[in-house]
Order: sequence, then C-alpha cells, then structure tokens
Amino acid sequence: MPTPLHLPPDTPLSSRKRAVIIGASSGLGAALARELARKGYALALLARRVPELETLCNEINTESGETRAAAYPHDVTDTASIPSIFQTLLADLKRIDSVVYVAGVMPLVEFAEYNFEKDKAMLDVQLAGGLAWLVQAATLFERMRGGQIVGISSVAADRGRVKNPGYNASKAGFDAYLEALRNRLTRRGVNVLTVRPGPIKTAMTAVVGGLFIAQPERVAQDIVRAMEKRRQILYTPRRWALIMLIVRNLPSVIFRRMRF
Amino acid sequence: MLRSYAMPPSLNGHVPLDRLTKLENFGHSLDGAAYVYRPTHTEQIAELFALARAHGASLTFRGAGRSYGDAALNAGGIVVDLRRMNRVLDWNPETGVIMVEPGVTIEQLWRHTLEDGWWPPVVPGTMFPTVGGVLGVNIHGKNNRQAGTFGEHVLRFTFMKPDGEEIECTPDDELFYAIISSLGMLGVITRVTLQMKRIHSGNLAVTARAEPDLRGMLDATDCGAHENDYIVGWIDCLKGGTGLGRGQMHAGDYLPPEADPAPARSLSIDHQTLPDTLFGLIPKSLLHQLMRPALNNWGVRAVNTAKYAASRTLGQDKHYLQSHVAFNFLLDYVPNWERAYGAGGLIQYQCFVPKETAHDAFAEILRRGQRHGLPNYLGVLKRHRPDRFLLSHAVDGYSLAQDYRVTRYNHARLEKLIHELDEIVLEAGGRFYFAKDSTLRPEIVRRFLGDATLENFQSLKAELDPENLLESDLYRRCFKDSSTRIITNEHEFYS
Repeated sequence: MPTPLHLPPDTPLSSRKRAVIIGASSGLGAALARELARKGYALALLARRVPELETLCNEINTESGETRAAAYPHDVTDTASIPSIFQTLLADLKRIDSVVYVAGVMPLVEFAEYNFEKDKAMLDVQLAGGLAWLVQAATLFERMRGGQIVGISSVAADRGRVKNPGYNASKAGFDAYLEALRNRLTRRGVNVLTVRPGPIKTAMTAVVGGLFIAQPERVAQDIVRAMEKRRQILYTPRRWALIMLIVRNLPSVIFRRMRF
Repeated sequence: MLRSYAMPPSLNGHVPLDRLTKLENFGHSLDGAAYVYRPTHTEQIAELFALARAHGASLTFRGAGRSYGDAALNAGGIVVDLRRMNRVLDWNPETGVIMVEPGVTIEQLWRHTLEDGWWPPVVPGTMFPTVGGVLGVNIHGKNNRQAGTFGEHVLRFTFMKPDGEEIECTPDDELFYAIISSLGMLGVITRVTLQMKRIHSGNLAVTARAEPDLRGMLDATDCGAHENDYIVGWIDCLKGGTGLGRGQMHAGDYLPPEADPAPARSLSIDHQTLPDTLFGLIPKSLLHQLMRPALNNWGVRAVNTAKYAASRTLGQDKHYLQSHVAFNFLLDYVPNWERAYGAGGLIQYQCFVPKETAHDAFAEILRRGQRHGLPNYLGVLKRHRPDRFLLSHAVDGYSLAQDYRVTRYNHARLEKLIHELDEIVLEAGGRFYFAKDSTLRPEIVRRFLGDATLENFQSLKAELDPENLLESDLYRRCFKDSSTRIITNEHEFYS
C-alpha cells in the first residue's frame, strides 16, 4: 500500500507547489521527480512499476525529511481508470499546479520492419494515454484559470524519419495535441510546455545508443527551469534547437535519401 | 426522527469532472477546485451524502462564501452550495417568528420582515451571508454584549445527519449548542426557526465619539456596551506612541415606540437601501479600484490620520439618526472592497481577549505589527459576552479585528508576525474566530478551545459522522493533527 501524502494544509501565508508526474518510475520521469522535490514541490508519482516507484518515493522523502512524494500505481493504457485516479489525486494533493506527462515507450523497430503491434503500443502510451490524462488536467486548469501542463514530446515529433515511423507518429500526434491545448488554454492563464528532448540515456533508449546522448538529470534541470519561466517549447539539450532547425528545413528530396 | 432518505448511489467510479469549479475564500487569499452541487431540496442533500460515500469523497457545505478563511472550501472534494435553498417557509408578523431554509441571506431576512416592524436580532457587518453559514460559525454583531450571538435567537432547527436522517433541535437539547458553531462538520441544518427583534423605527439613534488612546477606546466600548444597544469602535492601527489605539466609537440605540414620527416611512425598503453612488457621482462598483492605490502603509496612514482628525473635531459627540442598514452593514458600502487588497488578497485576524488582559494584549499586538512594518489597515473593536456554544469564540471581554494585506513580498514576515500574535492572545487567555481565521494550526486550536471541548467535539463528530464524510479545508487545517512537521517552502510563493 503506497504511503499517502501528509502535507500541512495551505494557508494564505504558506503554500507549496504540487505536481503530478505520469511515468515517474525511471529515466526522465524519475529525474524530474527528484529535481522538482528539490525545489520543494509535493509530488504524486505514477507508473506501472511499483517497486521502482516506491524506492524513488522513499529516496525523495528521506532526503527531504517529510512525506513529500507519494506513489500511485497506474498503467496509462488503462484509460478507463484515469478519471477516478485523477479524483483521488486531487483529493490527496488538494491542489495541482503542474501535470507532467512523461510516459512513453519505444520498441526497437528494424529498418525494414512494419509492425502494427509495436506501433499501436506507442500510440496507446504516448497518444491515447497522454490525451486521457491531459483531458483531466485541461478541465481542472481551465476551471481554475491557471496551472501548467508539461508534455514530453520529442525531437522525433518534428519530422517523420526512416528509423521508427510509429514513434514519430505518436510523438507528432502528442505534440500537435499539446499545441492545440496551448492555443485553447493560454487565454485561460494556463501554461502548456512542450518539451522536445533529444535522445536521453535511459532504459528506453538503451537499445538505440548513438550520438549526442544526454544525461536525464541534465534534461530534468532544463525542464524544471523552463517550467519556472513558464516557457512554451523547449529543446533540450539546447543544441537540439539548432539541429532541429536544420532538420525541419531540410528539403524532402534530400531527407528521403538519408538513413538518419 | 422526521424522515429518513435512502438512495442507491450511482456508481460510475468517480464524481463527474464537469462539476469541478474554482472556489475562493472571501479574502481572495485561497482558492481550490471542488465538485460543486447546488441542491434545491433536502432530499438532494441526502443523495449528495450518498454520492460522497460512494466515491470516497469528502463533503463540505457552503453558503454565500463570505468566510474570510477556508471554512467553506474543500479542495478536491464535494462542495454543496446551499444558496438555492433560499425559501422563507413561514412568517408570522404578529410574533416575529420566521422559518427559513439555510440559503436565505441576512438581506432576505430583513427585507422580508422590516415593513412589519421586525429586524434580525443579530447581524454581521455585511448582509450577504446565509443563515446556514451564519449558524456554522455562530456569528455576532455590534450588539454582542447586549444580544449575544445569532444562535441565541434560534427557536428550533431541523438538522440532517450524514446518514440522511433528520432530527429536530431546540435550545433544550445539548446537541443544539454543539451543532450551532460546529462549522458544518457534524451535519447540515436544513431549516431554521428564528425569533426576530421588534423595532419601532427604521432608524437607530447614533452617537459618534473619538478617543485619543487604547484605554479611552476600551473604556468607551465597555461603557457603551452596557448602555447602548450597539457599539463598535474603529482603531487607527498605524498610530503609535501615546496615541496608540486611538480611534472612533459609534454607538447605536433602537428608538422607543412613538419616538419616530413616521415609522412607516423609515421602515420601508427604500429608506434602508444604500445609495449606488458616492457623493451622487462616483459609481460604487468602481470604488474598490480607486481604493487600491491607497492600500499601502503610507496611503492608509494618510487616510487614517484625516479620518481621526475629522472625527475628533467635526464628528465629536455628534448625534444623528441612521438607518439599520447603513449602521450595521458598513462593509457593504463599497461593493467588492476586499478586491482592493490586490492579487494576494487579505487575511483578517480577529482575537477575543478577556476584559482584564485586553488592554495590554491589544497594545502589544498593535505595537508588534508596527515594529515589523506590517501594520493592519483596518482595526475594529467590539465588546463581547460568553455563550454556551461548543466551538465558541466569545469571551467576557473585547475583540480586535484586523485586516492584513497579503503580498508576495510580505507573506513570510506576516506568517511570523501572526504566530507571535497567537502567543500574545493565548497568554492573555484569548480565543479565535473560525469565520475569520485562515492561519491557525491544530496545536493553537487545542490550546484555545481546551482538551475537554475538543474531545467533546471529536466524540460528537465520531458519533454523528462516523465515516468522516464531512471535511472542509478549515477542518483539516485546524482539527486534524498533521503527522509531519511544517517546513518552510523553498519554492517561491507565487510564480
């Protein structure tokens, strides 16, 4: 049974930020949880893998000396359960300042492989799960006239590439949804931050390896800084802003001949 | 037992998301999202208890939302707004006995009864609260020393427990004194029978008098509270030194029969209505925006000094007639005045101190705020008498209400100041008032209410609401011991 949060209630003179991280058990999600906890946030951490999640909560709570993070077992592909989990989160946290959707999968796809099962797994986690969560967050924040949605998209959202079309499609879809939410919600005082990280050294990318791979801690720091500044779009590490500027403008006649 | 409603809960796993609504406290210093329902009949309240039970959600009742603190907030839970249950069920102009639903406001009460020569026996400084809300915190008025609290004028009420059962309570029942003042945490009052006060004129005879220091103000309030029906003092909280606690008293008296040559005219609604414009020119709806630039230490100092000088000279010992509405509902003169305090809102700190220790405690409170550079902008002094309600704020002494502006720069210093003031009040044997409070913690509440009262309240809560369905933000803050220590937030307050 996960430890519930025991936060002292807010008063007008002392309040704290609260965030929900979906996909927090490892990699970027875990690094973000540690970074936000260090900034004093109270956290609800969601993921499928309960042992990892509880270890992370214990680590955060030991370091801060109070119950600052609580674990909620959840599988984002079980979209029917999301409304009642959201109600539980809101009741436990009392207020939610930021909802951070990190959950993502990337099965290894061979160059000549066409596999709907793998593509659907990515769509289910990145897109369907993401939308199901952000519908809840958007409703809350729209009513509250404030709040912050952080969606982890990818540099892969910018163009369809040869390596993993399903991944590109899932991230591009999620990215477009975030942009649409931004256009709907900015006028309601809500900040929507689209994060497009380059490859990060996590379990998800262990199979790909490659150039320019970034440490999750470094990326998490970038994201938290962008959250504090309420930015709209973040390429992280920074060099990806320049790389993707070039990639986005690469003519198709060249791009379709590349193996990148 | 009158009736018992049972209702099969609709089990779809969660409270509908589209019920989420942003709610604020009156001071605009707190907000939260809650699932809001607005029932029109008692049967629906029973259904809402069942809904909360089915979905494991907490539930709180809300009236007009005029509490300064978090009494009517339940972030992340269900809030039942009772304002649509606002029917006057029975009115007897001969006896002045009225039966109302809990969503009836003080304004509705006086508008309904005034022309028959009756006035609510106790009213707060604003006419917008509902009777249900008023009973939840058992408010007092400027006539507290003479007339007691609102609850003392209730003849009977019907009360619904969280299990849906309705019971009747009269002043002969011990439960009567627990339910009134219990912050809606034991159940909900669904109809109330009240005794109104007979009046012979729509006007009060008012006397204004300025006093040069705190001793003078306390003595004048004490004297007035014994001689006059109403008495209230304004204190210039920015003035230090020998003029510490200086201010102005307003005493009001009901007119005896025959004193008003034309009672029918003064008892008309038109005579009571507050004007819409200031000096016939400035729309009052704009006034709070015009006030905003003056709400800082220098602006308030200038306004207070001018006000005191005028009351000391032009207004000294002035006698005049004023309508009940104009005298009682000072806060309603400027609509949305609380918005003048800006984005951080305000907190009100009202403490009740026994008459023996009041002078030293209030002097220290005023000095402490001035020393920290955090003076309060509006100080109001009243005289009180004890009552037998369970979570009572009343003492045989005085109360000092103070409005503090909250900003992103001062909140940490203000919190420190408030904790210091809490200690001064507790040492003086004082009490606090849940209608106003937004900062108390369980350890302070335990010290002012005492272990016996608190245990009595908790055992009644366990008996009437064994599932703990009823919880408000205030209840969690003040009555549930948090097992974790309070840490200072490293994160910026607003960002």
